[in-house]
Amino acid sequence: MKYQWLAAPIAAGVLAFGVTACGSSDNGSTSGTGGGNLSGAVAVDGSSTVFPFAQAAAEGLQGQNPDVKVTVGESGTGGGFEKFCAGETDISNASRPIDAEKEVPTCEKNGVQYAEVLVANDGIAIVTNKDLAIACLSTDQLKALWNSKSTVKDYAELGKQPDGTAVPAGKVSLYGPGTDSGTFDFFTDKINGEKGDTRKDYQPSEDDNILVQGVSGDKTGLGYFGFSYYESNADKLNLVAVDGGSGCVKPSVATIQDGSYKPLSRPLFMYVNTKSLAEKPQVKGFIDYVAANSADIAKIAKIVPLTDAQLQTSKDELAKAEGA
Amino acid sequence: MPFDPLLPPVSIAQEDAVAGLGARGAGSLLRDRAFVLALMLLTSIGLIVLGVLLVTTGIDGIPQINLDFITNFPSAFPERAGIQSAIWGTLWLMGVVAVVIVPLGVATALYLEEYADRTKWWNRAIEVNIQNLAAVPSIVYGILGLAYIVRGPLSLGRTVLAGGLTLSLVVLPVVIITAREAIRAVPPSIKEGALALGATHWQAIWRQILPSSIPGIATGVILSLSRAIGETAPLILVGAATFVAFNPTGLDSPFTALPLQIFSWVSQPNSDFQAKAAAAIVVLLFILILLNAVAIWLRSRFQRRW
Repeated sequence: MKYQWLAAPIAAGVLAFGVTACGSSDNGSTSGTGGGNLSGAVAVDGSSTVFPFAQAAAEGLQGQNPDVKVTVGESGTGGGFEKFCAGETDISNASRPIDAEKEVPTCEKNGVQYAEVLVANDGIAIVTNKDLAIACLSTDQLKALWNSKSTVKDYAELGKQPDGTAVPAGKVSLYGPGTDSGTFDFFTDKINGEKGDTRKDYQPSEDDNILVQGVSGDKTGLGYFGFSYYESNADKLNLVAVDGGSGCVKPSVATIQDGSYKPLSRPLFMYVNTKSLAEKPQVKGFIDYVAANSADIAKIAKIVPLTDAQLQTSKDELAKAEGA
Repeated sequence: MPFDPLLPPVSIAQEDAVAGLGARGAGSLLRDRAFVLALMLLTSIGLIVLGVLLVTTGIDGIPQINLDFITNFPSAFPERAGIQSAIWGTLWLMGVVAVVIVPLGVATALYLEEYADRTKWWNRAIEVNIQNLAAVPSIVYGILGLAYIVRGPLSLGRTVLAGGLTLSLVVLPVVIITAREAIRAVPPSIKEGALALGATHWQAIWRQILPSSIPGIATGVILSLSRAIGETAPLILVGAATFVAFNPTGLDSPFTALPLQIFSWVSQPNSDFQAKAAAAIVVLLFILILLNAVAIWLRSRFQRRW
């Protein structure tokens, strides 16, 4: 609170501008509930896919411990790791494991040690406009469509769907996440065989809602984004099953959890700075709360929860990090 | 052309020729009307787009606005989500910006208008730089803020003070330019009169020029503040969090702000949050209109004509 002395004149100045109709500055609605005695700040940042999950967890913890101040940012998995490895955040949300070539060395250089905690599952949904009735595509066909050398101009060029019927004709018009997104890294890695390899003539957006709007408004639109965004907009879109070598599988909670929706299901992580974990009880409180309530949090955040076995792995990893 | 008794009388045709006009024919009146019509049409396109945006946002947002929305904190449950911390974050930012830009902006403007010797190259360099800085996109200031205010020499972290200083950088050039204009609008005869009566340069500035230019300066400051509270890009780059369920407690406290909250809600998959975003936009617009109204009132109430 080294700047506290400035607070009064500034608050007075602010009030003088006449915008006082905004309630009082006390901590209002979160106080008084629960019996927790944790306090202090927890800085969380990272993947926007994990954001709703982290937000729900923060809200739950603050309900029990009104003095804990959790901030959650959404600067993307890569942006989150950049801050995390600079030691600026306590917990980094990630929709992929930390990058061994680029991010791990930065963390090591800055002496940031961490524990990797699995918190939920996510799948990428391939969707088309309702007028473009594609039922199933193989990973090879997806690669033919999306890789950087692709010249496919009409979906009919993809040949037959795995069930034998022809892929309907239509001018190729593609939508996908921008290059900062973990979903982009994940899709290009799994489908095109190399992270970052993609054809360039598609509509990119970091905002999955814009992708939903794009595909649902474009009669020959095809796009990919997080499964939770599909679930919220299921009535507007046609879901494409993916054949990863063992038949067509549509993404669903069950197929994403058990990994049978291959290769486009993935785990979501929180990386915890072990120094914060040891020195800040509120950080330990936060991650323990996540582990203890992960199914409820996932339900609130509309994200695919962990299986029992996955949850056990997370708890073991945490116990190890907390013991260390 | 103003009447000047010393010049020989000229015909209308000659005046037109001087003003760069061709001969006035019967068609030019028609062309004149067509031009006015075209201008009105183009103006109305902008207004219609703005109107449609306001109406659709209002339809989505206004039903969401109630006391709970204003006093609740952000939440994972759309029905419980509110903007209390965003409003207080925005007010704190405004306070920091105001405290920073008023003295810096007015002092710089006074220096440039009253003291700077324009024959010196550094004064001209300062002037050109300030004009250029006013046109720099705000995201660039965000990068600057991240590198030098959040990290680097100042290392303030992601705090109210860091966010406020970054926003101050964004609007400072505009404040300096408007303050200079306000100072320049004070007739030189007032200053000269003061100096002739024996006042020092400082007394002339402090007792005559500054009081006369306050309405103009205040208008510029308020308009700059309203630009600052609508800025999202620099705050995102500075790394302000989007879920902050507590109000700032001081300058070193984490914060969120209305534009950030809107940005976060718009990109949530759940469409209930989109309505919350629309409601927050309406609140932000209300604050902006209020600020601009104060600026207009100040100008008309205190402006003096000489």
